[in-house]
Amino acid sequence: MGNALTAAAANRLFLSGNDAVAHAARDAGVRVAAAYPGTPSTEILEVLARFPGLYAEWSPNEKVALEVALGASMMGARAFSAMKHVGLNVASDALMTMTVTGVEGGLVIAVADDVGMSSSQNEQDSRFWGRFAHVPVLEPADSQEAYDMTRAAFRLSEQFRVPVILRLTTRICHVKGRVELSPAETHEPTGFIKDPRRWVMVPGNAKPRLPLMFEREAALRTEASASPLNRIESGPDRRIGFVTSGPAYMHVREAFPDAPVLKLGMSYPLPLDLVRELAAGVETLLVVEETEPLVEAELKAAGIACVGKDVLPRLGELAPEVLRRGVARLRGEAPPEVDALPAQQVFPRPPTMCVACPHLGIYYTLSQLKNIIISGDIGCYTLGAGHPWNALDTCISMGASMGMALGMDKARGEVDKNKKIVAVIGDSTFMHMGMQGLLDITYNGGNVTVLLLDNRAVGMTGGQDNPATGRDIHGAEAPRVDFPRMCEALGVKKERIRVVDPYQLPVLFKTLREETKIDEPSVIITDRPCVLIDDYKKTPPYAVIDDACTGCGNCLEVGCPAIHVTRRDKAIKPSGKEVDLAFVRIETSACTGCGLCVQPCAPKAIVHAAPVVPVRFMSRN
Amino acid sequence: MQKNTNILVCGIGGQGVMTATEILAEAALALGFDAKKTEVAGMSQRGGVVVSHLRFGERVLSPQIAQGEADLLVGFEAAETLRWAHMLRPGAPVLTNTSRLSPPVVECGVFDYPDDPVGQLRALGVPLQAFDAAEIALEFGDIRLGNTVMLGAMSDHLPFPAEVLRDAVDARFAQRKPEKRDVNRRAFDAGRERAAALVG
Repeated sequence: MGNALTAAAANRLFLSGNDAVAHAARDAGVRVAAAYPGTPSTEILEVLARFPGLYAEWSPNEKVALEVALGASMMGARAFSAMKHVGLNVASDALMTMTVTGVEGGLVIAVADDVGMSSSQNEQDSRFWGRFAHVPVLEPADSQEAYDMTRAAFRLSEQFRVPVILRLTTRICHVKGRVELSPAETHEPTGFIKDPRRWVMVPGNAKPRLPLMFEREAALRTEASASPLNRIESGPDRRIGFVTSGPAYMHVREAFPDAPVLKLGMSYPLPLDLVRELAAGVETLLVVEETEPLVEAELKAAGIACVGKDVLPRLGELAPEVLRRGVARLRGEAPPEVDALPAQQVFPRPPTMCVACPHLGIYYTLSQLKNIIISGDIGCYTLGAGHPWNALDTCISMGASMGMALGMDKARGEVDKNKKIVAVIGDSTFMHMGMQGLLDITYNGGNVTVLLLDNRAVGMTGGQDNPATGRDIHGAEAPRVDFPRMCEALGVKKERIRVVDPYQLPVLFKTLREETKIDEPSVIITDRPCVLIDDYKKTPPYAVIDDACTGCGNCLEVGCPAIHVTRRDKAIKPSGKEVDLAFVRIETSACTGCGLCVQPCAPKAIVHAAPVVPVRFMSRN
Repeated sequence: MQKNTNILVCGIGGQGVMTATEILAEAALALGFDAKKTEVAGMSQRGGVVVSHLRFGERVLSPQIAQGEADLLVGFEAAETLRWAHMLRPGAPVLTNTSRLSPPVVECGVFDYPDDPVGQLRALGVPLQAFDAAEIALEFGDIRLGNTVMLGAMSDHLPFPAEVLRDAVDARFAQRKPEKRDVNRRAFDAGRERAAALVG
């Protein structure tokens, strides 16, 4: 090759925050790592799983993942778990008692907050868990810090025998930057030591441990003041002193290079003496934190005057220009003017389901049914709430579709007497938190039809494996959950469990009609793989015969992104009613031949295509 | 400290926006620059908007480019280029592919695709180079060469010699797909020539 790039690549890594955390966990000698995929944290375990010499797994959910990590820590091994913010809600039951026992081998929990909500149902601040569980919170500001702080987190965890939260945000996870690695460590597990007073948390054993937990927190407070993770950076412009953490630090440095800054790497417990030291030398203290005013509230409670969310937004991402506006407000100045073109009005481009996605047929069918309430769940199929289907009525949390459906059924009054109640959930979400919901439906006799969309992948996060795919995190063969038998074991009558092909619209329609008519729990399982995984096999594509297309637009209701409108028109029906016409073509280079659009096409204008050369620049698939 | 260079690359999921920006970052890193690259990708895997921010220079702090601060906007799809035009520093150049990819919300008639996004860009008064990258990619027989064509086209807009970016493309293919190395070199050169022909 002989060019400069090769040499440069050898001694410098360009890593995302997720990549950096994975490299650091490896270099810290982690023996066991467990996670459930979730944006923006997913890649951490994907990268870790590629490293030899450690055990990595996709767990069914975050609580199990954290428990796996705790078990490894009890054996005296270094252990790691990663999740998105809502994942820690699920895992919190384990966290809240694991903090009482403390850990043996270093245990680090990487939790990624989707600040700005690029792919989540809410925005929440995981730093709260540090306060709630009395454990330290570390907040890196870029990829290099993500690496260094992960390493530091393991040392801190073992020094204080405490689980450590590494709080990441989207703008850490999904930013690439230069990273220099440190020498790797090895850690042999020290072995499990039987100690019921420590590990068996019955009241008699747990009570004496609570004071120890608070003593540990006090010691961590002292550590926060001494730790190199927290530092004051001096600056000549003493009008405002900034207290900041995480990616917000970079925005502060960018917007106010001359200001004094307290950079919090370990943001819980707070080093109050460092804050007072900074405050003493500046006119105003401004706390810059994403998203909740946690540091601000604690400073105010400690009697330290400061400003924060009264001039800065509480929602979404911060950025240098957001800080400049906030500071202008604080100083009573006009907001800084931006010399730029105005934003242009362009149609939105919301995420859509893929070409030939097996969910298309399900939502087409659901959209054709009347008098139906569709309780939804979390995954690609949540997109069924959008155009053209508008066939999903709720989405709250992982696995919630079934519990909510049961509640709807039990609460229904005269007004909803004739409504059909359907829950829609994917295979991985069902494994994660859905099973118990179905159990409740059978146990308590709910009149609910569950659509279990088994596409053999965690589709939304990129097709990861799970207990329903028959493969482990390395792609190696693993036992595959047998959904019909599982549903039967959960109490659904055998004859009420139907397995259907989601590409066969008449069968889907008929089955859904039948099962929603019967007043007892039923499950309809669909069995086609996600088009993004290897299990999916393309079939010959289709095309539209232009002369045969009548412009009825039925095929557009399938919602496949490979179908394009070529011309719109209007027609008067014999009844005198005016109807809109949309003549279509199929992007044959993108079509994979699922045949869904062929079925509602009355004039049979959609036929197998002759081989074509793709005509558009980089169309999907 | 020297001002950082800010490059915004936009398009839709599946077009290779993130890969192209990654290669651009590799070129900057090879020259010893600090660099940060980030995406506001969201659910881009599902055909959504993808916009990659690349900042490089002596030291990069915040990874995001603010409105009015992009030194170069590269668009892989015409309406997407228009969507991000407000990010440009006044007077900064725009390079866009003329391909139009309309999403289902347009196909089902809920929203309209602009009649002439390239014309709208021109009317904004930005220095613009617009061409059909698909056409060039297909001359080499593979639509996926489109992002290499775009890299070639942007290579004379950078604060370093075009050859550095060409080497970065070459290094990537030498490492990952050696059989595609030669055709990517040619696609890069063709994109570069096409853009050069559009100047003035």
